[in-house]
Amino acid sequence: MLYVASRKGLLSYEERGGAWHLAASAFVGEPVSAVLWDPRDSTLYAALNLGHFGVKLHRSEDRGASWRELPAPAYPRQAEDSGAGDSSDGDKAPSLTLIWTLETGGLAQPGRLWAGTIPGGLFRSDDRGESWTLVESLWDEPRRRDWFGGGYDEPGIHSICVDPRDSDHLTLGVSCGGIWDSRDGGGSWRLVGEGLRSDYMPPDQAQDPGTQDPHRLAQCRAAPDVVWCQHHNGIFRSGDGGARFTEIESARPSAFGFAVAVHPEAADTAWFVPAVKDECRVPVEQRFVVSRTRDGGASFEVFDAGLPEGPCFDLVYRHGLDITADGARLAMGSTTGNLWVGEQQGERWTALTSTLPPISQVLWA
Amino acid sequence: MAKVSFTGNLQRHLSCPPVEAAGGTVMAVLEAVFEGNPRLRSYLLDDQDRLRKHVKIYLNDRVIADRERLSDPVAEGDEVFVFQALSGG
Repeated sequence: MLYVASRKGLLSYEERGGAWHLAASAFVGEPVSAVLWDPRDSTLYAALNLGHFGVKLHRSEDRGASWRELPAPAYPRQAEDSGAGDSSDGDKAPSLTLIWTLETGGLAQPGRLWAGTIPGGLFRSDDRGESWTLVESLWDEPRRRDWFGGGYDEPGIHSICVDPRDSDHLTLGVSCGGIWDSRDGGGSWRLVGEGLRSDYMPPDQAQDPGTQDPHRLAQCRAAPDVVWCQHHNGIFRSGDGGARFTEIESARPSAFGFAVAVHPEAADTAWFVPAVKDECRVPVEQRFVVSRTRDGGASFEVFDAGLPEGPCFDLVYRHGLDITADGARLAMGSTTGNLWVGEQQGERWTALTSTLPPISQVLWA
Repeated sequence: MAKVSFTGNLQRHLSCPPVEAAGGTVMAVLEAVFEGNPRLRSYLLDDQDRLRKHVKIYLNDRVIADRERLSDPVAEGDEVFVFQALSGG
């Protein structure tokens, strides 16, 4: 099944008789910011961002046929005299703005879920989303106060990588606040990401790991020390779990984009959806393409078979590109409401529809 | 007691029929409502109990003055209307 979180609902597509069909839709009319499939107990989660009534979280135990609302993560209530005027957190005590990403804990942690949110809090649940706790060890990190918005007005956590070898090893991507690493299940944190570069900062701060805008992280399941980063200023690859990154300078047609997917078994194979650059967010020459490297970034191939001729304005956001667990297929959804499935390792694409609302996430499950 | 009623748009998400509730301020009245309908709280208030940005509350014929603490005084027989503000697209 392919789940699609969109600006106006959660859609699921299935393949029958060689063709793709819309199998179900839920939350029609409501913005769905994130969807999560938990294979440990066959549960589906959906995060909504109701325009007027706040962020909501729902759980389905029948693959989306029915849903039950759960409490959404909530920032701890602050004493009245510590809220307004606290310049370190902006001018207001924090409140949940968006669930940007949801992840499962490790295989040995049944019921554990992680939620990356705006304005920058990481939340943990140990009861399948029935209750959530702000990870205060990160929230209280002095450098967390330096985070700033990127993509949204406030900073947020969009990538949560749980090391398949060690469920207590977490790697987070923050826009904008760099890459953070915990080796004790979120008890303590280390700012990593040496080698990343932010051109939007003054030159003497461009190498500061704490000001980086990693648009999306992708960790290879079979080789978790390999972490790919589609960064605001380029494509980077780490071979040591995110501690140090090397810039990939051979990307074409550009190194700007939001999404990255890595093959679950082949760490040197990764896909990107390039756009012109940060101040011109459209496909290069308005030709929509997917790029792939199979040699760790030494070279790239560019594919457009099955993709529209253009002119195209599609962007594929951070969570808009996904690969199946066996690495056989990709899926991709754009801000313009196009949805594709990629065959042959992304060399050929099939359009499922071109009439969806802006797509925030695609998910194979 | 004050009479509290809600925009029909909320009914898409949860049941919230008109209700009578006691309290000396808008917040106290809402707290009384939340006792019988706890899910409703997060639809109207943010994590810090501030009125959500795109929710509007009228006390009789005027918009409440205090959106942060909802301290506007409520008198016996007052009517509290919870609307969604017109915003977005």
